[in-house]
Amino acid sequence: MSLRVENLACARGPAQILAGVTFAVAPGEALILRGANGAGKTTLLRTLAGLTPPLAGTITAAPDAIAYAAHADGLKAQLSVAENLAFWAGAFGQGDIGPAVEAFHLGPLLDRRAGEMSAGQKRRLSLARLLVTGRPIWCLDEPTVSLDAENVARFAAAVTAHLAAGGSAVIATHIDLGLPAAQTFDITPFVAKRIRADDPFAEAMG
Amino acid sequence: MIALLKRDLMLALRAGGGFGLSLAFFLIFATLVPFGVGPQTGVLATIAPGILWLGALLACLLSLDRIFQLDWEDGTLDLIATSPVPLEGLAAIKALAHWLTTGLPLVVAAPVLGVLLNLPGAAYPWLVASLLLGTPALSAIGTFGAALTVGIKRGGLLLSLLVLPLYMPTLIFGALCVVRGAAGQEALTPLLLVAGITLGSLAILPFAAAAALRVNLR
Amino acid sequence: MNSIWEYANPRKFMATSAFLLPWTAGLAALCLVTGLVWGFFFTPDDFRQGSTVKIIYIHVPSAIMAVNAWLMMLVASLIWVIRRHHVSALAAKAAAPVGMVFTVIALATGALWGQPMWGTWWEWDPRLTSFLILFLFYLGYMALWEAIENPDSAADLTSVLCLVGSVFAVISRYALLFWNQGLHQGATLSLDKEQNISNVFWYPLVIALCGFGFLFLALVLYRTQTEIRARRLKALIAQERMG
Repeated sequence: MSLRVENLACARGPAQILAGVTFAVAPGEALILRGANGAGKTTLLRTLAGLTPPLAGTITAAPDAIAYAAHADGLKAQLSVAENLAFWAGAFGQGDIGPAVEAFHLGPLLDRRAGEMSAGQKRRLSLARLLVTGRPIWCLDEPTVSLDAENVARFAAAVTAHLAAGGSAVIATHIDLGLPAAQTFDITPFVAKRIRADDPFAEAMG
Repeated sequence: MIALLKRDLMLALRAGGGFGLSLAFFLIFATLVPFGVGPQTGVLATIAPGILWLGALLACLLSLDRIFQLDWEDGTLDLIATSPVPLEGLAAIKALAHWLTTGLPLVVAAPVLGVLLNLPGAAYPWLVASLLLGTPALSAIGTFGAALTVGIKRGGLLLSLLVLPLYMPTLIFGALCVVRGAAGQEALTPLLLVAGITLGSLAILPFAAAAALRVNLR
Repeated sequence: MNSIWEYANPRKFMATSAFLLPWTAGLAALCLVTGLVWGFFFTPDDFRQGSTVKIIYIHVPSAIMAVNAWLMMLVASLIWVIRRHHVSALAAKAAAPVGMVFTVIALATGALWGQPMWGTWWEWDPRLTSFLILFLFYLGYMALWEAIENPDSAADLTSVLCLVGSVFAVISRYALLFWNQGLHQGATLSLDKEQNISNVFWYPLVIALCGFGFLFLALVLYRTQTEIRARRLKALIAQERMG
């Protein structure tokens, strides 16, 4: 499942953040997004996920192919680990949460309520959600925040397995995950912060 | 979508989910009325239909800002928006879950409070019927209001300001149905009008709510 | 080609409105002075209502404009939703406070008129109540504009509110007719002004109505200009900040 982005311009609110972004991710490949804080990685990922409409350019991917994971974990504190996962599996029309539990070693925590877990444990649960979406293209925003070394390795293994199965991933991260088929994509050259071109109030007026 | 409904119901029933708060508010509201207007049974019987409908409406209003706000704050709403569940479906499910956890208990409790307020016997079937048919409209309208204000911090008060004028036709026809029922007059017309508003709201407002959510998620 | 949509461009709108504004304002002043002076000083007192009837020259036009302002907002919102012309959204925003003030004037003059005529400041008459509800709709609409930071999102959300609100406003109107008729069977206290009015009162009323119409137009043009300048300022500040 490939993802092609051509000449993409992204905006956040009234401001254009990025322009001319072009890349392609083939099945089995991962793209590591780099860029300084505030450069626009989150904006790019939100645009890829379809939450923010692009200002210009095209995103080519099969419909319903992209799974998105944001900074926020999107967990319900009152629900247990199993219930949280089962909900997302249901929402994405998938049945089995077993592999997700396995990959992130959540077995011992299954009956714990998400609200009682540490930040790192929550992150693991939130990443396990990706496996129950059944979607081929993962768009991940700083996925390793609050994970310890052991769990970063688990996450890297999960991504590797996903790539091996023909999936692909776009990951904004600052650490080296050691993925086999990863190309690095620096967004710095595409940063073009200015008022969005479709704002008619930007031009001079009498 | 079933998963969504199941999760919402589960969350409402868990500790801190707020289930029963609206019901308790309804109870307290109806109990306070006689302290305000005096215990004369005649007076109470006259105003009981209006008080019961108003109480149900305010109780519904109380829990509206929870509909999307919690999912918005913890990032769930973003993730649902990227899932196969359409936002229109999400809005409809949210309204249904709100009705099941708020509206339906109010319908069940209303006859009991009717006794407290000395509601005439003939009015009970109309009270239950009008609330049963009318509270889904309250939930649907409220979900629309919640979708409009989801991106606003402390939007609860604004939500009330937006939603209450929209509640007016439902309140008018609903209370009128009970008033007429109590007086032994023809009460079917207002009941049908309540049902009409509910059906119209359910048909249109999920789309308006989804449009508002889409704008707020951008 | 001179298409009407050209005026959706802020610069074009600014130029045109700068030309139109003095004319509409002048016409508004002319019609208002003529209509009101004629109405107040050169029409006979009503045989039944005495001189209190003369409040009609303010009451009726402001009530009509209160409703028309909402209709204009509805049309402007639709244009924004369908064609995404920024000036249209700003015009809707600009019209709301004007419409609300007209509503308040209609309610206040209604109360002043009602006191000597019906012996009460307020009556839950369907027509009066409708205007109270309209006032609440204006309040909610303006509050929503104020509450949202991103101007495009605010325009989108208020447009949706305006569309849905319009539907519910119409339902409310009929609900109120049904409600009052249902509660007290007696004749409604509202006078049917259009039918029993003679030409002596009619001409100044029409002139005053035109005056209120032009006043609305002038105020909306002026306020839209202000909104456009505010947006321009915002854009400049944003440009400055982003370098």
